[in-house]
Amino acid sequence: MKNNKAVKLLSAPYIVWAAAFIIIPLLMVFYYGLTNRDGQFTFANVLAIQQTEHFKSLYLALILALISTVICILLAYPLAMILSSLKGKNEHLVVFIFILPMWMNFLLRTMAWQTLLENDGVINTVLQFLHMPKMHIINTPSAIVFGMVYNFLPFMVLPLYNVLNKIDINVINAARDLGANPFQTFIRITLPLSVPGIISGITMVFVPSLTTFVVSEMLGGSKILLIGNVIEQEFTQNSNWNLGSGLSIVLMLFIIISMIMSAIFDKNGEGNTL
Amino acid sequence: MKNRILKSLTAIGVSALLTAPVLFSGCCAKEKKEVYVYNWGEYIDPDVLESFEKETGITVIYDEYETNEVMYPKIESGAVSYDVICPSDYMIQKMIENDMLQEINFDNIPNAKNIGQQYFETSKEFDPENKYSVPYCWGTVGILYNKTMVDEPIDSWSVLWDEKYKGEILMQNSVRDALMVALKLNGYSCNSMDDDELEKAKADLIAQKPLVQAYVVDQVRDKMIGNEAAIGVIYSGEAIYTQRENPDLEYVIPKEGTNVWIDSWVIPKNAQNKENAEIFIDYMCRPEIALKNFEFITYSTPNDAARDLIEEEDIKNSEIAFPDLSKYTGLETYHYLGVEGDEKYSNIWKQIKSAD
Repeated sequence: MKNNKAVKLLSAPYIVWAAAFIIIPLLMVFYYGLTNRDGQFTFANVLAIQQTEHFKSLYLALILALISTVICILLAYPLAMILSSLKGKNEHLVVFIFILPMWMNFLLRTMAWQTLLENDGVINTVLQFLHMPKMHIINTPSAIVFGMVYNFLPFMVLPLYNVLNKIDINVINAARDLGANPFQTFIRITLPLSVPGIISGITMVFVPSLTTFVVSEMLGGSKILLIGNVIEQEFTQNSNWNLGSGLSIVLMLFIIISMIMSAIFDKNGEGNTL
Repeated sequence: MKNRILKSLTAIGVSALLTAPVLFSGCCAKEKKEVYVYNWGEYIDPDVLESFEKETGITVIYDEYETNEVMYPKIESGAVSYDVICPSDYMIQKMIENDMLQEINFDNIPNAKNIGQQYFETSKEFDPENKYSVPYCWGTVGILYNKTMVDEPIDSWSVLWDEKYKGEILMQNSVRDALMVALKLNGYSCNSMDDDELEKAKADLIAQKPLVQAYVVDQVRDKMIGNEAAIGVIYSGEAIYTQRENPDLEYVIPKEGTNVWIDSWVIPKNAQNKENAEIFIDYMCRPEIALKNFEFITYSTPNDAARDLIEEEDIKNSEIAFPDLSKYTGLETYHYLGVEGDEKYSNIWKQIKSAD
């Protein structure tokens, strides 16, 4: 009982923090999104998603986020298995190396890729030197997917690594003892046990990919309009906070759906590492 | 016991959290002289701020913004009361119309005499009686091209629609500037509200999209210097800097005309330190200070006395920095188009950006 009180008191600063920086801003988004410029209630800003260019940008954002998430799973799963099979000193070092780039600013890393991928960039200069054909990837949807995968891959690797690491080796040994081959063991034991990690990884890659506007602006040359770009533009260029908030509410629906999914599949929070 | 310590610790923590901002803002306002300045990013020589503080004893609290549209709501909400801001022409018009600016007392700004009369004339388009603004920087929007990468001399916006330069063209990633290019190409006003004219401009920009390498703002500088593109739409102030870095680059004001813009110092209605604001503006109008800023940011200064101080003849007489505007036709400043106009333009822009 005493303990409980202490917990409550200790959590006070966090509640103040959450109210000030999460709840109040969210309420403001809803306020702006559901009113017009004169402050009257309206659904127009939310329904504006039906406008061709808004709908198209949402659709494109969903597709690109989906592709990035699939690529991230395919890359991250084997990687996480290798990481979790490394036992001993090296394990921590290798995991550390994976986390290291995340300490650098996201914008700087994306900007670096801009320089690398440009038509006269570092990669093409090297290719040219080797008499290989240049690649034209910058300012295309592929470059955006590339940027998303690069930036968000660690968010897939770490939860996967976490769940795989927790799998009791005896369970796998038991499966092998009972006659399962490595493939069967993987399909029937490892994979089902790692579902919480997969789901948590999907949420952590899909949500930022869906909402990004920086990656599409920097690597897509602003030629590809994603829903994040539309919202950003409403705030920074068009002074239409109401429309920007209305579209954010639509986007929030998708985020909430993926969070519900992750809550259902990952009940114990096993996949959460960050 | 443990509990009590925790309790008091939390209480101290929370109260510190709540009172800290009050303490900080409360203590200094009375003892120190201050001026709150809100300016564009990278738009002043930092040494100038330092020397201003040293000379006047006024502390400068300096913040930066990226676009006029980001600045506006902050001033409107009054969350922070700035004393001096530096918006562009059409935004000044909007702020005057919405009664957000106060008249400047020019008796406190004797150095305003250094600003060329022609700039005050142009300012009348957005500040009809020259009561609210003191010009700080000005320029044109034009084409920057790489002489080694294009075949012919360039003098028209139409080059941005030339199939030859597919993938070598950089457009401005901003509603007004992009539409200005297409409107001017067709001989229309860049403040057009005519639906047919805007439809034509939209169709042209959609047709141009496959030729465009990227829509950029600041990166146009680096990309042109790095030979990443052959032709780019750029502000004249950036052109001087890029030429210094890459002598193959040439800047031209297209014959169809373009946007001429002025960024000016203004004082918002809710300014707390109006006198300090005027001291600050006056300091910025001093020839040697204006020159320092010009050399640092390379955007044209309207300060004629500062221009006379420039030692390098080719810069002093540069057609880029100080073009003789009477030689060009079709030059216009942007006007504030109202909420309806803003929405019209932004919808067109989104349609262009989402086109395939």
